[in-house]
Amino acid sequence: MNRVAIMGETPAQLVWGRFRHHTLAVVSALVLVALAVAVLLAPVFEMSMGLDANTVDLFNRFRAPTSGHPLGTDELGRDLFLRLLYGGRVSLLVGLVAALFATVIGTAVGLTAGYFGGRMDAFLMRVTDGVISLPLLPLLIVLAAIDLSKLGLPGTITESESASLYRIIAIVALAGWTTVARLVRASTLSIKQRTFVMAAVAQGGGPIRIMSVHILPNLASTIIVATTLAAGNIILLESVLSFLGLGIQPPLPSWGNLLTNAQEMIWEAPLQAFYPGVLIFATVIAFNFLGDGLQDALDPRATEDRVD
Amino acid sequence: MARFLFSRFLQSVIVLLVMSFVIYGLIGLMPGDPIDLMITADPKITAMDAAHLRELYGLDESIIKRYVYWLSAAISGDFGFSRLYAQPVLPVMWSAVLNTIILLGSSFALALLIALPLGIVAAMRARTCLDYGVNMLAFAGISIPQFWLALMLIIVFAVVLGWLPAGGTAAAAGVEGFWENGRYLILPVISLTIASVGTHTRYMRASMIETLRQDYIRTARAKGLSEWQVVIGHALRNAMIPVVTVIALDFGYLFSGALMTETIFSYPGMGKLIFDSIMGNDFNLALIALLFATALTLCGNFLADVAYVALDRRISLAELSE
Repeated sequence: MNRVAIMGETPAQLVWGRFRHHTLAVVSALVLVALAVAVLLAPVFEMSMGLDANTVDLFNRFRAPTSGHPLGTDELGRDLFLRLLYGGRVSLLVGLVAALFATVIGTAVGLTAGYFGGRMDAFLMRVTDGVISLPLLPLLIVLAAIDLSKLGLPGTITESESASLYRIIAIVALAGWTTVARLVRASTLSIKQRTFVMAAVAQGGGPIRIMSVHILPNLASTIIVATTLAAGNIILLESVLSFLGLGIQPPLPSWGNLLTNAQEMIWEAPLQAFYPGVLIFATVIAFNFLGDGLQDALDPRATEDRVD
Repeated sequence: MARFLFSRFLQSVIVLLVMSFVIYGLIGLMPGDPIDLMITADPKITAMDAAHLRELYGLDESIIKRYVYWLSAAISGDFGFSRLYAQPVLPVMWSAVLNTIILLGSSFALALLIALPLGIVAAMRARTCLDYGVNMLAFAGISIPQFWLALMLIIVFAVVLGWLPAGGTAAAAGVEGFWENGRYLILPVISLTIASVGTHTRYMRASMIETLRQDYIRTARAKGLSEWQVVIGHALRNAMIPVVTVIALDFGYLFSGALMTETIFSYPGMGKLIFDSIMGNDFNLALIALLFATALTLCGNFLADVAYVALDRRISLAELSE
């Protein structure tokens, strides 16, 4: 490549240039955008098809795909295509919101550990490694099964329809912050050594100010990558918990709970078990490829260290 | 070395104690309590009786006090009674533990047998089609929802082809023999293996690439060794060290996978036991099973520490003799 041409580019153009060459990441980004648009347009599809995602039609159970029902109907005669779209709304929403929460927790832990170092670092990282090494799913199942009213939460929250939504977001965020914390800590350790941080320390900047004004903005690329990777894991975790009947509660559909009954219906309607899983798979792998591509594009030095 | 292992052991014990309190507290937050279950079993119990029973069983005490009672009983070997199985908790657990160890052990071994060679080959051919192909497969393994993969395996191999059973165990189906036992294990082991092959392959590849850039590898190549001699004889041992550490952290993840796999294939192991006991309000069993799962994971981590030390020592010995 021409060095002069590179020097004339802005940092954003440089990042875009590197990202563009990562074909899988570009495709993944497009897939995610397409999925997001499709699930956001669910009500439009609903109107144009003249159907309702929640209308039960027991005379039309397990119908094969027709022009009226592009993917057929489920065990209650509901349109599978619309159920998948609405399920995607919930799964993607939970994934993104929980990934943001996980990022906030993980960044706080990683930044504190990396900046202060020493005992604080040892303690926080021990805790992080401890959480990573625990058998998380069994513990999350207990968390999903506890009675919120015993925690003293008011009935208006515990009995509301969205309670399962809030609860699952909290639970998966609690499990997803560890990767973010480790990545952020590693970056903080290297940024802390740079001269501008030392200059800020020499000028008498307090730890809070240095962390928030000087280090945090430089962590942006790490945080973007970590959030993307966390989103994939979190969507996977939500689908597992919902599949086991502990996450999103029907009739609110999610890709995970659309599979809850699939096992009993494997003999009658194997395809019904196929679609939601393919969508979860596609979304998670797209987030992972995207995260990988963003890492290459935003942090080329890390990649050079990693590969040849 | 002994000191390092001893301090790691002590840490594991502390983590286990902390977790026992956390799990105890969480189980206490599950809907209902043992007295509620008695009420559903015997409608003649009045509210006054219930209050009296709660006092009698110490359920009105503070959580700390109840935990201390439980802990002292547990240390003396009394883990309580299982509600679902109507027998002491420990005998219920042992067969489940054994089944889980069989399942986890075989899929762990299988995952390493597939992942390590794949990772090594991908590292040797870095940035080629082969490397990209392996990378794609690894990403697919990481991203695939395990329970869905299990469902698809059931559909293909049990429903469509009819080659393998859809779940359960040979004992439950009334058949015997090594081959029959194995037949029931194939699908659970495969679905559990695929989930960890992806991560392990990526670790192995990254670590091997890093190692192959070292100076002593260049020396080995300059000596005229073949690429395989360099990789197996010189790089592998060093490349394994970080891999062992990260794989150790994955024991918990493996156990989470076991819970899902066992539930879907109705395989009577610890994972299914935990799920059933939580869903069936079997507080004593859930508590012990969760703790045991935690202990099992910590054991796995500890064993990995031992392996790490062993690898490390061999390296220092090798350095001495060179």
